[in-house]
Amino acid sequence: MKAKIRKIVTIVEETRRELDRDVSPPLRRSAALAVIANPFAGRYVEDLSELIDIGEELGALLSEKAVAALGVPGDRVESYGKAAAVGENGELEHAAAILHPKLGAPFRKTLGKGAALIPSSKKRGSLGVALDIPLGHKDAAYVRSHFDGMEVRLSDAPRADEILVAVAVTDGGRPLPRIGGLTKEQIKGEDGLR
Amino acid sequence: MAEIAVRKYLISVEEIFHEGGPVAARPLKRGAVIAVIRNPFAGRYVEEIAAFMEELKPLGNRMARDLIAALGGDAKTIEGYGKGAIVGAAGEIEHGALWHVPGGYAMREALGGAKAIVPSTKKVGGPGTRLDVPVTHINASYVRSHFDAIEVGIADAPRADEIVLALVMTTGPRVHARVGGLKASELKGEDGLR
Repeated sequence: MKAKIRKIVTIVEETRRELDRDVSPPLRRSAALAVIANPFAGRYVEDLSELIDIGEELGALLSEKAVAALGVPGDRVESYGKAAAVGENGELEHAAAILHPKLGAPFRKTLGKGAALIPSSKKRGSLGVALDIPLGHKDAAYVRSHFDGMEVRLSDAPRADEILVAVAVTDGGRPLPRIGGLTKEQIKGEDGLR
Repeated sequence: MAEIAVRKYLISVEEIFHEGGPVAARPLKRGAVIAVIRNPFAGRYVEEIAAFMEELKPLGNRMARDLIAALGGDAKTIEGYGKGAIVGAAGEIEHGALWHVPGGYAMREALGGAKAIVPSTKKVGGPGTRLDVPVTHINASYVRSHFDAIEVGIADAPRADEIVLALVMTTGPRVHARVGGLKASELKGEDGLR
């Protein structure tokens, strides 16, 4: 494995009530996070292919951990997202190298499908920085009930020479969706949008 | 239609010259506009909320125009966008979802009919909560150089019965974009994806 992983964390959230209403069945969202050494911390390096390969490894590892934590088969996952926070001695582009070129293919393989763009966010920050992972339906980005986000943070990461990488998956949309728009029952799931 | 009561309005513009690498010929600007409004549904479960989307439209239009002005005033220079919402403690996540239609279409209109889905995220939180608003290219979601995010927040908002609404825009790719993929110069701009 190319990535030097310091720690892996999984989080599972189960929402059972929203205001005074039951959410039935409860909505589950999970995230898997890896804290890795940034091989390019502290200097400007033109070729980022090492981080691109690390992204591919983490796409498989983290998606498998997140889906296992969610407790459903991969093809039952409904929405997904990814994000990375680079420690202060790195640059934003290091997050881009991990997230965009190669992380998506193994992530989609874990789910069996994933026609939609995987929504993402990135930032540079210090230990304890909050990372908001945007979420969208995995086969049709315009499913309005599934527009959402999940905040994750680790008190001890990323250190200056580290990168925090996260993926998130869910078994449903928001708890009590009621603002109309495209529903998951209406999607074709071919072009990734509708 | 009652005008939305705005308690606070904030615009921020970041100008990025470099991140440790070559200094950009044209600095990247990343801007955010935030409005703090009262949540008309705070404190109780209200079934019918969708009509509020219509009421938010004028505010969305104003925010989009003001943000373009803060970034130099020329809509043609805007290349990336995103939106988000933070709902105060007495509200539910679904109230944040009300921002998708008025926030998204306000920007698309102000930018002359942008094609790509507006990436978004949302959360419930207390005053000072930060939100990473995802950013993608306005005409083609898969343009890799434009995947980004902008962290927004206000120290004293949202109070329990408030919602923080945010729109963000950028004037170009990440300052040291170099991880390949679809380029802005190659996009067709028809389906919103490529």
